[in-house]
Amino acid sequence: MNNTPSVAAANNPSLSSKYIEIQNVGQTFKTKKGLFTALRDIDLTIAKGEFVALIGHSGCGKSTLLNLIAGLTTPTSGALLCANKEIAGPGPERAVVFQNHSLLPWLTCFDNVYLGVERVFGYTNPGAPAENKAQLQARTDAALAMVGLTHAAQKRPGEISGGMKQRVGIARALAMEPKVLLMDEPFGALDALTRAKLQDELLEIVARTQSTVVMVTHDVDEAVLLSDKIVMMTNGPAATIGEVLHVDLPRPRSRVDLADSPQYLSYRKAVIDFLYTRQGHVEKAA
Amino acid sequence: MVSAVFHGPFDRSADAPASTREVAPTTTSTSIASNTDKKSAEPVKEPKKSSPWFDTSELAAKVLPPVLGLGFLIGIWALVSMGTGASIPSPIDTWGQAVQVFSDPFYRNGPNDQGVGWNVLQSLQRVAVGFSLAAAVGIPAGFAIGRFTFLARMLNPIIGLLRPVSPLAWLPIGLLVFKGANPAAIWTIFICSIWPMVINTAVGVQRVPQDYMNVARVLNLSEWKILTKILFPAVLPYMLTGVRLAVGTAWLVIVAAEMLTGGVGIGFWVWDEWNNLNVKNIIIAIFVIGIVGLILEFALVKLASAFTFDEVKS
Repeated sequence: MNNTPSVAAANNPSLSSKYIEIQNVGQTFKTKKGLFTALRDIDLTIAKGEFVALIGHSGCGKSTLLNLIAGLTTPTSGALLCANKEIAGPGPERAVVFQNHSLLPWLTCFDNVYLGVERVFGYTNPGAPAENKAQLQARTDAALAMVGLTHAAQKRPGEISGGMKQRVGIARALAMEPKVLLMDEPFGALDALTRAKLQDELLEIVARTQSTVVMVTHDVDEAVLLSDKIVMMTNGPAATIGEVLHVDLPRPRSRVDLADSPQYLSYRKAVIDFLYTRQGHVEKAA
Repeated sequence: MVSAVFHGPFDRSADAPASTREVAPTTTSTSIASNTDKKSAEPVKEPKKSSPWFDTSELAAKVLPPVLGLGFLIGIWALVSMGTGASIPSPIDTWGQAVQVFSDPFYRNGPNDQGVGWNVLQSLQRVAVGFSLAAAVGIPAGFAIGRFTFLARMLNPIIGLLRPVSPLAWLPIGLLVFKGANPAAIWTIFICSIWPMVINTAVGVQRVPQDYMNVARVLNLSEWKILTKILFPAVLPYMLTGVRLAVGTAWLVIVAAEMLTGGVGIGFWVWDEWNNLNVKNIIIAIFVIGIVGLILEFALVKLASAFTFDEVKS
């Protein structure tokens, strides 16, 4: 996974500073009470290999924005580009890790991951011939090994813990070697200790695979620890980007060392300040 | 949610895990703590099993009530029998007759006098044929209705109109079209067992969690993969509920249909024994019909619970 051409491109900033472009995007939904504007005037560029966190109070359209990048919904105005091509629909090059993992309960962990691997590598693609079954299985095994779940490969999702399910979800997404990894509050449903462990694992995996990641979160520490860029959103309805914070903490990052780093604390303060001082009137707005 | 549907008369023991399963999915995804709860709940059961004291009392608690219930039924029956001056035969007389009937269930003395075994098998065969035809039509139709809103809107009025019609009302149409008693009975079974399968399959398809469909879209799965890997397994519990309801209805209807059409079959046997004024055999037939129905139900409940997976919902 380390020697793919995409990694080389990621190291070349001129090629990839505008990998994902979101241009003046707005999203309105038709509801019984009439039109509801969820998002307006969203402008954002994401560079290749960048880790971006979307943060904001609930109902601010973070997930709506992520779904737009995923292609699961289409914007009512504006345009989204990925690698200079308009995002027309969902596809395996923009893999999604869902909040509730969304593993298929009747398939084993292995088969859940294999389903995606087979779709991406099991057919003849431009520039890559179809891989045989052994190669596909090797990819699946490698993905499960990356999240430390080799021992649970033959178990069904119902038989493993919530943290393990989420790791299978991450393995399923990463095994497809996506250009962009989209994560919708991936650790939101987990307890604090499991969440910390998975964050550390994610940091390590992202460092190794040089993935471009967009992650929706409502956890300030998670955002500062993981991201290069924190996109803070104003309260809905008609939410937009309030502020973008660049996090210039050196990598690899360690949560223990950062705990009392003044730089870390100042970033943390900036996000908290935005969320609770300037956008703190969430109940009144809603 | 789905598992709660599969309550059967035999299913007392499967009942409890089914309902915990119903609760568990909502909690597993919200916190890991509930997951450990689930695990810790399991070992608690084991000391119960290993302790002989609990075992016997549990056994008594399970066996005693049904035995009492059956005893109550037989008691009432005996009282009614005495009250009517044995025009309704007593349980003991009926038992004696039953032993005789079941000593040779597979004799054949001409087309209108055959053993009870042949009659039951004939009825089961009609149910099987009619039901299979209904499944072959109803399940794909259910998938189509569930998947395409246009079809659903188109067919809903037709289903709404035809479903409440008593299956026996279709019997004359069957006799007219197929010009034979046996195909007419099969037709009646077909028409009564198709609705639960169509409706349950369609509801199942409509209720496939959007998350799974989003997974399918992100992975860009082919229609065939969506059908085999997502829709079919997700719909299976609903479908099996439909099948169970359909078989139950079919078994109810066949008795009535055979009374009207004649030939060999348990329903005809009941009518024949009524014409012979052999009430003992009628009571035996009632028990046979009940027991066969119970076995069908039990088998399908077992089948359904084997294919019910933990739902993953937030």
